[in-house]
Amino acid sequence: MSGLYEEIREQPAGDVPVRRVTIMVNGEKRMADVEPRLLLAHLLRQGFKLTGTHTGCDTTNCGACTVLYDGQPIKSCTMFAVQADGHEVTTVAGLAGASELHPIQEGFKDEHGLQCGFCTPGMMLAATALLQENPDPTEDEVRWALSGNLCRCTGYQNIVKSVLWAAKKLQAQKGASS
Amino acid sequence: MYPSRFRYEAPRSIDEAIDLLQSGGGEAKVLAGGQSLVPLLKLRFAAPELLVDINGLPGLAYHRVDADGSLHIGALCRHADLERSTILPGRQPTMAAAAPLVADPIVRNRGTLVGSLCHADPQGDWASVMTALGGYIVAQGTHGRRNIPVAQFVSGPFQNVLGYDEVAVEAVVPAAKGTVAGGYLKLERRVGDFATAGTAVALELSGGTVIRAGIALTGVGGSTINAADAAQALVGGPLTAERINAAADLAGQAAQPRTDHRGSAEYKRHIVRTFVTRILTRIEQPSDSSRKAA
Repeated sequence: MSGLYEEIREQPAGDVPVRRVTIMVNGEKRMADVEPRLLLAHLLRQGFKLTGTHTGCDTTNCGACTVLYDGQPIKSCTMFAVQADGHEVTTVAGLAGASELHPIQEGFKDEHGLQCGFCTPGMMLAATALLQENPDPTEDEVRWALSGNLCRCTGYQNIVKSVLWAAKKLQAQKGASS
Repeated sequence: MYPSRFRYEAPRSIDEAIDLLQSGGGEAKVLAGGQSLVPLLKLRFAAPELLVDINGLPGLAYHRVDADGSLHIGALCRHADLERSTILPGRQPTMAAAAPLVADPIVRNRGTLVGSLCHADPQGDWASVMTALGGYIVAQGTHGRRNIPVAQFVSGPFQNVLGYDEVAVEAVVPAAKGTVAGGYLKLERRVGDFATAGTAVALELSGGTVIRAGIALTGVGGSTINAADAAQALVGGPLTAERINAAADLAGQAAQPRTDHRGSAEYKRHIVRTFVTRILTRIEQPSDSSRKAA
């Protein structure tokens, strides 16, 4: 793959300084030398090989590239990698534990929340942020929170069900542990 | 899609940012939320030599009401901050209504009100809201600070009057002299699409009489439209059905919509008239006890 990230490593641009960034990615400290115009989505995918972050439209519309930036969902195709220096980024690969799926992932599995799966990582991260802020959302609130993420397969029905399933599971876990 | 090559600086103070912009000599751009600028860079509609990222500047993420009653929105206040604001509901209904309608929820986490005003997209929601409210931009540059009314801030589509060494540090809504009322309505085919039409209405009332009015329109012209005649038709009297109809008709006439895939020009004018009527008829009148009880 000859992405911009590799190009930079091999032949830094003449008068454009390459910057060293340090980013906490999925709880792990990662460093990279990046040209300022490198998009965060491409550093994640090509630099760090975290290909769970998808680039769909590349025009800030579809939300497939959604990641959590200091806990907030953002579109990683619309942020430069240099802007993530010193920040925390969570991709879909950071959701699951060592042996278990995250409840949101279980929800998508149980409720058939995906078909082709292209939008799924972005959906899951937007939903994770919603459930952190609002652990018991209504269906309307789920639809509202996911309205920046496009899906062309499911018609959204099962995605919404998956998120509500995860909300219930997280609530039950919380009840059991308290 | 990749932008053209640029240098990147992340200053730690406004003075440092201004120095960088000065050194850029007109070839530098300020990067705040980036939700409009980054797509423009990727499409290479903009190709600055230097990006001055102000996201690391301290003390600009606020929105607050000062002792004199004026509302201040800092350059790093995100749309989502305004959507979740505890200050706006009740105090500033036009802004409270617009905040959840800007772009989509993910974009709202990054994009800023001040950045949206600077971007000066004719489809921008905040430009209409701030025009209707009679707001102004505070610009800081090499020669100090100046206030620029939003209605004069935009000089054309995607153009503003900022000098190349100036940063828009905050937007201000002046203190109201009466009871504040108003709203914002937008028709869009789906969340995040450009508006088919949008309408901002901002009023101040005193004892049932309108003492100040602003109406501005989104997406129905080459830039944000200040429907001043429509607003003026409301000033000096109560919100009667006749006065509301007159304002709605004048707002429809002020619109300069074009027929496109989002609808015909006449359809868009009709939306503007409907929105003005809808926002104004929802406003509670002190003399109207039946509506108050409802």
